[in-house]
Amino acid sequence: MSLNKIFSTVAVFMVTLLCGSAAALADGIYKAKPDQLGFMEPATEVMRDIVSFHNGLLMIMCVGVVLFVMVLMIYIFIKFNAKANPTPSKTTHHTGLEIVWTILPIVILLIIAVPSFRLLYLQDVIPEADLTVKVIGSQWYWSYEYPDHDDFSFDSIMLSDEEAAAAGHPRLLGTDTHMVVPVNKTVRMIITANDVIHAWAIPAFGVKIDAVPGKLNETWFRAEREGMYYGQCSELCGKDHGFMPIMVEVVSEEKYNAWIAMAREEYATNKTDNLTRVAMLPAQQ
Amino acid sequence: MGSEAHGIPTGWRRWVLSTNHKDIGTMYLIFAILAGIIGGAMSGLMRGELMEPGIDFLTNFTGGDVEAAKHFFNVLTTGHGLIMVFFMVMPALIGGFGNWFVPLMIGAPDMAFPRMNNISFWLLPAAIALLVISIFVEGSTYPGVGTGWTVYAPLSTSGHGGPAVDLAIFSLHLAGASSILGAINFICTIFNMRAPGMTLHKMPLFVWSVLVTVFLLLLSLPVFAGAITMLLTDRNFDTYFFDAAGGGDPLLYQHLFWFFGHPEVYVLILPGFGLVSHIISTFSRKPIFGYLGMAYAMVAIGVVGFVVWAHHMYTVGMDVDTKAYFTAATMVIAVPTGIKIFSWLATMWGGSIKFETPMLFALGMIFLFTIGGVTGVVLANAGVDTAMHDTYYVVAHFHYTMSMGALFSIFAGWYYWIGKMSGKPYPQFISKLHFWVTFVGVNVIFFPQHFLGLAGMPRRIPDYPDAYHLWNYVSTVGYMITGFGTLVFLVGVYMTLRSKERVGDNQWGEGATTLEWTLSSPPPFHQFNELPRIK
Repeated sequence: MSLNKIFSTVAVFMVTLLCGSAAALADGIYKAKPDQLGFMEPATEVMRDIVSFHNGLLMIMCVGVVLFVMVLMIYIFIKFNAKANPTPSKTTHHTGLEIVWTILPIVILLIIAVPSFRLLYLQDVIPEADLTVKVIGSQWYWSYEYPDHDDFSFDSIMLSDEEAAAAGHPRLLGTDTHMVVPVNKTVRMIITANDVIHAWAIPAFGVKIDAVPGKLNETWFRAEREGMYYGQCSELCGKDHGFMPIMVEVVSEEKYNAWIAMAREEYATNKTDNLTRVAMLPAQQ
Repeated sequence: MGSEAHGIPTGWRRWVLSTNHKDIGTMYLIFAILAGIIGGAMSGLMRGELMEPGIDFLTNFTGGDVEAAKHFFNVLTTGHGLIMVFFMVMPALIGGFGNWFVPLMIGAPDMAFPRMNNISFWLLPAAIALLVISIFVEGSTYPGVGTGWTVYAPLSTSGHGGPAVDLAIFSLHLAGASSILGAINFICTIFNMRAPGMTLHKMPLFVWSVLVTVFLLLLSLPVFAGAITMLLTDRNFDTYFFDAAGGGDPLLYQHLFWFFGHPEVYVLILPGFGLVSHIISTFSRKPIFGYLGMAYAMVAIGVVGFVVWAHHMYTVGMDVDTKAYFTAATMVIAVPTGIKIFSWLATMWGGSIKFETPMLFALGMIFLFTIGGVTGVVLANAGVDTAMHDTYYVVAHFHYTMSMGALFSIFAGWYYWIGKMSGKPYPQFISKLHFWVTFVGVNVIFFPQHFLGLAGMPRRIPDYPDAYHLWNYVSTVGYMITGFGTLVFLVGVYMTLRSKERVGDNQWGEGATTLEWTLSSPPPFHQFNELPRIK
């Protein structure tokens, strides 16, 4: 944890910002990298838009405003300290200036608002879906249902540190079973919860949506690259909130079909269990 | 000057039965310092746990039980948030500085309702006692409230069976009642007890800021009280306000909470805005630039602050048009906030600036609040917030505004007024050391948290994937620096109170123009028996 390391990562950060994209991942695994400073590598159009909107406009606005204020302050400290300027001026207002610093931020905000709303509507207006997956959050695991394929369902539970290491998953991010979807297909997610509020999130997809008991939420993504994607529960849900990760594997159409055939048999027995559990939902207090 | 006709009460009666705004203000400040130490220690435990991956620090406090340690971490996030908001920042800025200086600045002998002032204060020790007790009684499986300071249903209802949440709710009821009573007191004082000639438009900006703040409290706290009372009945009396199974709605709680919660964050920062204005003006030896703009910017922030609450809820599944509205409304807040920042800079422009300790903290506040402000504009965008909601980016943002905005203005106010309040000067070197250590420390804590948030690290987790190690480590190192800074502060407090030196009526010279500087330091027990006249 040397200072050098910190400086070098800050330098990398600046370069990354200027270039506007992180290095592509060779291994097809989408999770945070050590010492990462910006967003994860995006895998959907929505996340690409979030990254370019943030790095290309918001970040510039942030750095610009902060630098502007900082430069002004330093200039004021040098020019108007008691030694340099022993007699203070008596100015108390300047209408023109006040109008300018009211209008200027409004203009900046309007410039931000246009891409912001475009992104928001792209994100929230759900296109025609190729398949639907239902996710149910429970303390403290996720369950997935595939209503397009006989409603088979399975629970996805975090692996212990040893199991994760053995399976080649990062610690705290690996699960025993996981959601599988085909690449370049629009997936509609239907999300709810069993007990308390959870939130289903995959950073690389730009997806985060609360799982609220008694409410069906909807979102979507269209993953453009095959690989393994990791996420974590993003709403405080009790003791093991930090220990109910999300794993989504994006595969080719053929592999997906093979997986569906396998999953149908493998998870067929879960079906009734699951129906019972959901039916019992309102009775739980 | 002071009339001692009633005699000054002595011993415990002077404090416990106090109706004197200065004594009550002093008690609020002492209370805030003690609560700040508790809240700060809690964050230290969290940062200790987060320094290295794995759960092996908090287990020291749970007898090696990892499961208990996970829950304890949530108890700490909850306690830290509630204590810092309700028992540190609010008592310091409104109860402490507000009580001390609003009457002095408007030329009033005391607050409008001195006995109500007493109960406002004495509800707080009871409130924090309930909160601290809640840490030790059954919450879910383990002791304490692990819901976060937001106390979202159903985690706070069906998710926490034991009495801990009930105690926390009662604690918030008391703290809320205390604030509502205080708010009524300030409103009546400011509207009715200004010295002859002091029109609203001649009122010092700190008084303006307190006026706006207490209106926010008066209007938002009853909603909060209602929401947590509904939680209470959901928990104990089989109601279904927030339970979908009985026709209720968990999201209703979030709407009610944030209808209070968002104005609340302005409650925390607005008095700081007022304070910083005076300090900048005093040490630039120039009147405040754009006084009316400054006053009405605060009013605007207060008004708009009531219609932006759902930007805390972008991921709950709201309609897209609703999100668009809250995005737009939230961004509007940047405009009056910008006016304030630029007016402070313009106040200094052409001034003759002395870098005394209060000025250093005020300048630090302006710069760091600007950083918190621009990340606030980023978060206002519902589209981008999807990636940042509930990550450390949000934690970094609100600590830049609160832990640096509000806390730095508290320290600025402390050094600005401690001479007036105690009659004794603060130590020069120690106070400047306090500033620099704290300034470096808080930045080392919170700046890297932006990186963690962008990389996707969720809030409120006791252990994290190994990729997040570096910046968590740096952040904890920052905490140690800040912790050292706090010790320096306490040493400074001790040295001030032990000092044999005395300061004059007006410690800061011609830049300090408000009425408190016309009185002795410390002011007489009762002041302004003859009302000052404002030209």
